[in-house]
Amino acid sequence: MGTKTVNEAEIVHAAVRMPRVSARSRRRVRWEERIVRAILFLCASVGVLTTLAIVVILFSESLGFFRKASLTEFLTGREWAPLYNPPAYGVLPLVLGTLLTSLIALLVAGPMGLLVAVYLSEYAAPRWRRGIKPILEVLAGIPTVVYGYFALIFVTPLLQRVIPGLEGFNALSAGLVMGVMILPTIASLSEDALYAVPNGLRYGSLALGATRFQTTWGVVVPAAMSGISSAFILGVARAVGETMIVAIAAGQQANFTFNPLRAVETMTTYIVRVSMGDVPHGSVEYYSIFAVGLLLFVITLILNLFSEAVRRRYRGARA
Amino acid sequence: MNHAAQPELTRWRAREHRREVAFQLIGALVVMLAMLILTVLLVKILVDGFARLGWDFFNQFASRFPERAGIKAALVGSLYLMLLTAAIAVPIGVGAAVYLEEFARRNWWTRLIEINITNLAGVPSIIYGLLGLQVFVRMLWMDRSLIAGACTLVLLILPIIITAAREGLRTVPNIIRYGSLALGATQWQTVRYTVLPVALPSILTGVILSVSRAIGETAPLLVIGAYVYITRLPDSLTAPFTTLPVQIYDWISRPQTSFHQNASAGIIVLLILLLSLNAVAIYLRNRFQKRLVL
Repeated sequence: MGTKTVNEAEIVHAAVRMPRVSARSRRRVRWEERIVRAILFLCASVGVLTTLAIVVILFSESLGFFRKASLTEFLTGREWAPLYNPPAYGVLPLVLGTLLTSLIALLVAGPMGLLVAVYLSEYAAPRWRRGIKPILEVLAGIPTVVYGYFALIFVTPLLQRVIPGLEGFNALSAGLVMGVMILPTIASLSEDALYAVPNGLRYGSLALGATRFQTTWGVVVPAAMSGISSAFILGVARAVGETMIVAIAAGQQANFTFNPLRAVETMTTYIVRVSMGDVPHGSVEYYSIFAVGLLLFVITLILNLFSEAVRRRYRGARA
Repeated sequence: MNHAAQPELTRWRAREHRREVAFQLIGALVVMLAMLILTVLLVKILVDGFARLGWDFFNQFASRFPERAGIKAALVGSLYLMLLTAAIAVPIGVGAAVYLEEFARRNWWTRLIEINITNLAGVPSIIYGLLGLQVFVRMLWMDRSLIAGACTLVLLILPIIITAAREGLRTVPNIIRYGSLALGATQWQTVRYTVLPVALPSILTGVILSVSRAIGETAPLLVIGAYVYITRLPDSLTAPFTTLPVQIYDWISRPQTSFHQNASAGIIVLLILLLSLNAVAIYLRNRFQKRLVL
């Protein structure tokens, strides 16, 4: 691995370095080839095994939970208190908490992400662009626990000065900061979609006398719409699965509320909260985190598949 | 041109021009807002935590007293976990990438593997925590150990490593493969002696970026139980452990402000660690890009 460039000479050298294949060792080489191939095949199959394991474990451990709670109560109950006596097994407060924080995040990251994408793809000078992209990459690389700290220690006190009724833990600041977290995802995927719009459409619109603004919003953005929608859905999927920001800043009380100023508990927060206490295997608590995990897995899977389907449609339309 | 339409056209032009300028301004403002947020975040953390950064902070274990608490166990735990995760994930990930790029026939199983990798990348990290808790911690009797944490993170970052390694392999021009095959090398010999050496820097870049994602992960480790009070360094694969993000989370969740200072000092260390990994990756990428001139 030097600084030299690859050239034919190097390929020849590589070939010379190769073990000579004499007639006697040819069979050995063939065996080696087969074994290596089998090993590589196994490596590639680990992913499929992982998916299988996730599905099997989430289902089988959830069974223990649904022996205690009915599926109807789980999906329609408005109170979540599996550790209390008498227990309540309605998951809706957790779903609502997740929905609320993700929605706030989308309200921040959607418009901002689209504007950044349009600006970068249609307006910004190349040099500007090269300067901005790394900033988005840095934002994307910041660990979520850092965002959580920022939400709790900086954003919440700041907002409390403006909004008097804001609780110390609340859905609002967690959602806002989560919006910053998913901004790079939405911006860069939307930009890819805009970039894929053929220049012929732009030239055609400009030649008809439209301004750049009209071309951008009347032609380019609609043409890239399915790619942009796919980016938004993917952003929401990430927000739904995000754990640390909400666990730190949104609170840990399962409130059935639409009020963003109050503390909420998301599905992910519940899993973290319960598994951090030393839960005995076989208890309802232990099984309940898998039931909540199963619901979370299903929701994010649907969002991801939906995003992929939308993107595919747009690819098909282009070809 | 119709003379009566002239002033209207001028007005239209002026209005469109204003709109254009206004939008450019809004775009630039939004971009600057993103930069501002990043700056405020970094400055806030530096201001809060800088005073705590000292030799003691690196050389002390967790403590009930904020002034006496340090990140020794957490930092060492993070480094061990990173090395262990990379040691397991890199061979499997690169192997999978080599299989998919160089060996696989286009059949339903290959397609299944590819679709599966895409979907795995979208699974929330906390689900991997549940998987690790049940499979590694319970079924395989690893308990809440370093190796259980590493195995969990391996599954988490495999899709990213595979994708990155495949991109690296794709940058290798086909003439290199043809040259080797024409000289009588087998497929594996071609991969081993010609394709992999050429693709190595770009694979390495992707691998480093994936591993840096593993370092910042908190949620799955909380689920499998890295959240313990540790006052000695992990000395074996089965030892309990804690990591930097987990320690930071622990400090944030306490009410006292002095613990929050510890948290921000920990964050500074974490960010420096990530930044240096990224710098190495960027260095390798740039070096590779220069090499690509065939």
